Amino acid sequence: MKEFDYDVAVIGGGVIGCSTARELSRYDMKICLLEKEEDVCSGTSKANSAIVHAGYDAENGSWKARFNVEGNLMMEELSKELDFEFKRNGSMVLCFSEDDMGSLKCLYEKGVKNGVQGLSIISGDEARKMEPNLSEEVVAALYAPTGGIVCPFGLTIAMAENACENGVDFIMNTKVENIEKLEEGYALETSRGKITARFAVNAAGVYSDVFHNMVSEKKIHITPRRGDYCLLDKEAGDHVKNTIFQLPGKYGKGILVAPTVHGNLLIGPTAIDIEDKEATATTAEGLAETIAKSAISVKNIPLRQTITSFAGLRAHEDSDDFIIGEPEDAKGFFDAAGIESPGLSAAPAIGKYLGEMIGTRAGAPKKEDFKAKRKGFIRLNQLSYEERAKLIKERPDYGVIICRCEEISEGEIVDAIRRPLGAVSMDGIKRRVRAGMGRCQAGFCTPKTMEILARERNIPMEKVCKNSEGSELLVTAEQGEE
Amino acid sequence: MVQHDIIIIGGGPAGLAAALAAREAGIQDILILERDEILGGILNQCIHNGFGLHTFKEELTGPEYAARYIKRVMEEKIPYKLNTIVINISKDKEVTAINREDGLVTMKAKAVILAMGCRERPRGALNIPGYRPAGIYSAGTAQRLMNIEGCQVGKEVVILGSGDIGLIMARRMTLEGAKVKVVAELMPYSGGLKRNIAQCLDDYGIPLKLSHTVVNIEGKKRVTGVTIAQVDENRKPIPGTEEYYSCDTLLLSVGLIPENELTKGAGIGINPVTSGPNVDNCLETELEGVFACGNVLHVHDLVDYVSEEAALAGQNAAEYVKKEESRGREEDTVSHKVTLSARDGVRYTVPQTLDLDRVKDTTIVRFRVADVYKGRSIAVYFDGQLVEKRKKRILAPGEMEQILLKKEMLQKYPDLKKIEVCTEVE
Amino acid sequence: MTRDLICIGCPLGCMMKVSVDGDNVTVTGNTCIRGEQYGKKEVLSPRRIVTSTVEVDDGKIPRVSVKTKTDIPKDKIFQCMEEIHRVKIHAPVEIGDIIIPDCAGTGVPVIATKAVKKAG
Repeated sequence: MKEFDYDVAVIGGGVIGCSTARELSRYDMKICLLEKEEDVCSGTSKANSAIVHAGYDAENGSWKARFNVEGNLMMEELSKELDFEFKRNGSMVLCFSEDDMGSLKCLYEKGVKNGVQGLSIISGDEARKMEPNLSEEVVAALYAPTGGIVCPFGLTIAMAENACENGVDFIMNTKVENIEKLEEGYALETSRGKITARFAVNAAGVYSDVFHNMVSEKKIHITPRRGDYCLLDKEAGDHVKNTIFQLPGKYGKGILVAPTVHGNLLIGPTAIDIEDKEATATTAEGLAETIAKSAISVKNIPLRQTITSFAGLRAHEDSDDFIIGEPEDAKGFFDAAGIESPGLSAAPAIGKYLGEMIGTRAGAPKKEDFKAKRKGFIRLNQLSYEERAKLIKERPDYGVIICRCEEISEGEIVDAIRRPLGAVSMDGIKRRVRAGMGRCQAGFCTPKTMEILARERNIPMEKVCKNSEGSELLVTAEQGEE
Repeated sequence: MVQHDIIIIGGGPAGLAAALAAREAGIQDILILERDEILGGILNQCIHNGFGLHTFKEELTGPEYAARYIKRVMEEKIPYKLNTIVINISKDKEVTAINREDGLVTMKAKAVILAMGCRERPRGALNIPGYRPAGIYSAGTAQRLMNIEGCQVGKEVVILGSGDIGLIMARRMTLEGAKVKVVAELMPYSGGLKRNIAQCLDDYGIPLKLSHTVVNIEGKKRVTGVTIAQVDENRKPIPGTEEYYSCDTLLLSVGLIPENELTKGAGIGINPVTSGPNVDNCLETELEGVFACGNVLHVHDLVDYVSEEAALAGQNAAEYVKKEESRGREEDTVSHKVTLSARDGVRYTVPQTLDLDRVKDTTIVRFRVADVYKGRSIAVYFDGQLVEKRKKRILAPGEMEQILLKKEMLQKYPDLKKIEVCTEVE
Repeated sequence: MTRDLICIGCPLGCMMKVSVDGDNVTVTGNTCIRGEQYGKKEVLSPRRIVTSTVEVDDGKIPRVSVKTKTDIPKDKIFQCMEEIHRVKIHAPVEIGDIIIPDCAGTGVPVIATKAVKKAG
């Protein structure tokens, strides 16, 4: 048998790639994950609505429907197993006109057929009783108690860390440039050399069409669909408790208003089709649309409390569904392409499906020493005063607060850097432990966090990056002895 | 639980001056809690000159100004803890703090002085569209990196906002060899002091574009350029006025926000205009025995006035503690409260109420105006009756104004209920 | 010749008119003597105080803030900065310590504005 560098190479360190890598790591196989950025969760997975959808939106029988409902069911247990933040806060789809009641009922029926539990249609007054800030115009709502919210960084990093602990090689800063079909398996030409693998997984987000099309004649086409969001201060976090949707239109689920698991309020996204797969710039029009449309659902959103705005790209495939599995003409190549909403919700289920499929195909035995559990980050501000005091006694750097707004200690930042698959950038720290994620948006903690990162990684301050190379925070002195 | 007479939260200019005044008023048991590794607060990074003319009649740099107070705090042996962050203040004035040495401790205070200062408004508060690359700094963050850590933050710079920190940083970066291409200001007037425009921008030929804002930020990894555009009277960008500037750095000096999360946590009411707590003439907040001063109360432009205000808070906190000790606070005397309100071009007043039974010889009322006014007067009304009117050549939102209320004047109005401060056109 | 100047003497920022008629300089619009002095100086030979930082070896903090003890001619600012950039000093430093005795040939020293203790 031919020797491969790896049994499986996963392209992409987003939520799908990490989920698949983790599921694959249950098997006795040699697995790598290739990520073009410096860290996992750097593309679509880092900038989305952070919603675990109930599963009533997708068409009956679609991949989206199947994996959404399955993923939703898996999420709670997974959040305990891998110790990430997830909350079933419930969701509502608002209907503003009696004329649209038919569409709302359709959605309800679709949900029931998709297997969503607990759905009900409630009146406008009932909805407002649950959510006093809802618009007076709401005439009815589809209520889904199984809707949830999750920290997308928490979820992705938890799965990645666990995969790493179970032996997956994470190869960062490595861009796949071409894929060559071998007699058996694939040769991935990367920015850092060639890697061969018997199986390849395409979890490349907005780039998944590029890789698919390198190996298959049955072409697919991904459109990056940009969404602009505004994130509001924690003081605004309880403006709504449920995730508030509007009746969906052609471009997705409309503008939502939702609390985040960390207690902020999120509004967005818009849906603008673009060409550039890296164009995550917000626009004035996009932000204005987000603000205007959120006000249709929810009254008096305290926009003055906006702390940041951002844009994310969904990988929208022309067929309007996920593309999952092996193309007929590319055996051993497994797509997880066109993963747009409800991709985050579906991620655990997609990973499980692909993991099992590839594991079985490879004929690999399951590892006996697979570690399913992962201990998450210590978050001191979520502990009681007694527990915090005790931890600081053991580790005094837990008593040095670096990020004031989120009350994140030096110890937690050090943990973020030192853990397996630790943070190497400012964004990496932010996504792991939230330093710089608060209301001052890293105004105060940037210099200190930079120092810690430079010290822990033994690099000069000038090499500290926001994310990947080229995003250095400082410039080097042009002339002189400094 | 450890007890202290006065706990002061923050060891910057306000906290230091408050501590000294409280000690002078006879309080021994004072504790200053400072989150940074040295006392002096933001003054440590304000290495430029221009501080202390009012207080010391000489021109000092920020560190020198701070050092004078720190020296006196040392001489007075006032206890302080560094690298200590307060995470909670309860309604019973229990202060919970964290540091490396003591871990997490809760202390009880007879009086608390809030002196936490303020933070800078981030980009998000303005919803500036574009990418989110490295190279976007709030001006104060860049100032700290340059002046404390000795780092170079950028070579080609655009600054949004003409607040004082932005202006000072324009000069500072120019002196360090960077090219500051433009300072854009959303408003039709600068938010900074006039003299800073003269000596920080004009001296170096840096253009100031009023009624302009940043409408796009380019650069996926590091800033490569920004686009600025003129805005109309509603502060909306005017299409066709866009100008692109290539740069590697965007500094934001777009306003300061008093840091009142602890204050809110204690259930103390916050004034929506100042974003600081409502206080009376003793600078006492709505929670008895909790006082506030400096930038946590309202954003100042002169440290001298911070020190002055803080000294008043320190004295009053001391008086409060002494009164508590002697007989407890008697509730039988109904205090005579007068409301201060701002209207017609005056945005707010500090204090917001006066306790006529506790007024000193002179009460300083500080305020800011809403726009640039030429040739208007500042007028003061007692229950609708004009009591003072002072003509001002120019009034600007960037510069804090004050009026003085004399005790004898107040005593002439025994039934006084409301004082109004306003601007008046001739 | 008449020039409009904003006084930088203090934060009031008085708007002044300075008229030059041969050797005769008159300042109006100022509210104090400092303004008059500044106005005269500014039209005859403008001067500024320069502030910056200097690297410190074995100090508790890596840099010390400095200033020119008095104002120096405006056209010497960048020369002064160059000299400041070249200097490196050793801890301890006290406020007022002379860092550069004669900056850019102005006769004005650059002095420390912060105390830096020795590390450790």
